[in-house]
Amino acid sequence: MHFDWAFFWRYLFEPSSIYLHGLWLTLSISVICQLAGTIIGLFAALGRLSSFRSLQLLVRFYTWVMRGTPLLVQVVFIYTALAAANIFRFQDIDLGFMVLPGNIQAGIIALSLNEGAYMAEIIRAAITSIDTGQVEASKSLGMRYHLFMRRIILPQAARFVIPPLGNEFNSMLKNTTLLSVIGVPELLLATQMVTSATFKVFELYTVVALYYLSLTTLWGLIQRRIEMRFSEPHLRPQLSEQPSGWRRLFSAAR
Amino acid sequence: MNVATQEKFSVQADAGKSSDIIVEAVDVEKSFGTMKVLKGVSLTVKRQEVVVIVGASGSGKTTFIRCINHLEKIQGGRILVNGHLIGYRDVRGRLVEDRERNIARQRQEIGMVFQRFNLFPHKTALENIIEAPIHVRKMKPAEAIETARGLLDRVGLSEKAGSYPAQLSGGQQQRVAIARALAMKPALMLFDEPTSALDPETVGEVLDVMKELAKDGMTMIVVTHEMGFAREVADRVVMMDDGRIVEEAAPEVFFTAPRSERTKAFLARILK
Repeated sequence: MHFDWAFFWRYLFEPSSIYLHGLWLTLSISVICQLAGTIIGLFAALGRLSSFRSLQLLVRFYTWVMRGTPLLVQVVFIYTALAAANIFRFQDIDLGFMVLPGNIQAGIIALSLNEGAYMAEIIRAAITSIDTGQVEASKSLGMRYHLFMRRIILPQAARFVIPPLGNEFNSMLKNTTLLSVIGVPELLLATQMVTSATFKVFELYTVVALYYLSLTTLWGLIQRRIEMRFSEPHLRPQLSEQPSGWRRLFSAAR
Repeated sequence: MNVATQEKFSVQADAGKSSDIIVEAVDVEKSFGTMKVLKGVSLTVKRQEVVVIVGASGSGKTTFIRCINHLEKIQGGRILVNGHLIGYRDVRGRLVEDRERNIARQRQEIGMVFQRFNLFPHKTALENIIEAPIHVRKMKPAEAIETARGLLDRVGLSEKAGSYPAQLSGGQQQRVAIARALAMKPALMLFDEPTSALDPETVGEVLDVMKELAKDGMTMIVVTHEMGFAREVADRVVMMDDGRIVEEAAPEVFFTAPRSERTKAFLARILK
């Protein structure tokens, strides 16, 4: 086997613009979809926990479909299948400073909707894990639903949401590769384009794997910071004595 | 009409509106599923009165006190607080559950202290106390903080303002919870077994705060197993058994000359 080290190093440290653009797409799409998915998930969770039967059923149907079908199928369905059936065709949108292509819009919608379903379950579990006494105490002080949710329940639930949210974002970074099938030139498609020109498949896929690994590693460090911020307030100073970020990165246990 | 008679009139009008009675429960019935836990409970509480409800566990006393601020729905009867139905509206003779807004407004006047304290764990003692005055009563933060510090002082915890609930003992947490309820300036305080979750050595400090409160003229309904407190502080002791009130008397009568067999058996069991 011949491994072209020179080529490998060059692509690792001096990526071509197509690569950098792919990296930018991967990152920005991940962040946007995670944010959108979290917001969708929050409202879906509140809907699922509401006393309105129809709202509960709607949310259950949504999570059932989104978690029960492959993400890849959802991506293709929203972009290609809807267009093929003449139901909806994503058009490029001119945002002034950039043009947002239709396939990226479809990709963002698919990933966000899918993520929303998983986040809904995570947030619902976090809310239900808060002692009912918290709601009763809030009510007894004359607080109404929106007030005690915002000020009492959700801030406490956030602590239980943050660790799984970190895992979700880790998955999200990798799930963006699925958008390559609808022609979004993110990191994987960028790699494919370069390999088809250079035939250095082994070297380039090693490079792209290392790129994803760096992204998820970097995220692991950021996640640790965030978790520290949301830990129990009176325990915060002691957290520095916990396993270092380095050790934590390589431990599968959370 | 001169000024003096005018004043007299306005005083009379006030007296008519805010009558002497603060809680009026009539034939309250409550079931959890098929199990009936309240089988027609009627109780009237006057302003500045301290009513202690006692009874074996499962007698319905906690459920009843929770109905008074509508933490529990009722299936029959009615409860009036400050002369207004709580939790329900009378629609052509039928009781329909009230809007959340109205229930919340009435709850502002009813403080509640829970067995498990239920302090907000992500907020300091001071933040727990100022939360509702600022966000519900729309009090200015500076004013709310001043009131809160006064209340912390009153329950003997002024140096714990910045502590989180997890850093406080049970007795301290319960005293903060009492201060939190008082910060809303309620007309009535409900205590649901406030010392049952406490270590024996901290029960006293909570009871002392409650005694002070009673001395200051607060209207209180207290569910408790502390017979000493009932004997010393209560204006009236109410005995519940199997979802009914079986005895209602001044403490000196209640403890020395109970009429119902249930009460006699209960007292024999706990005063042994």
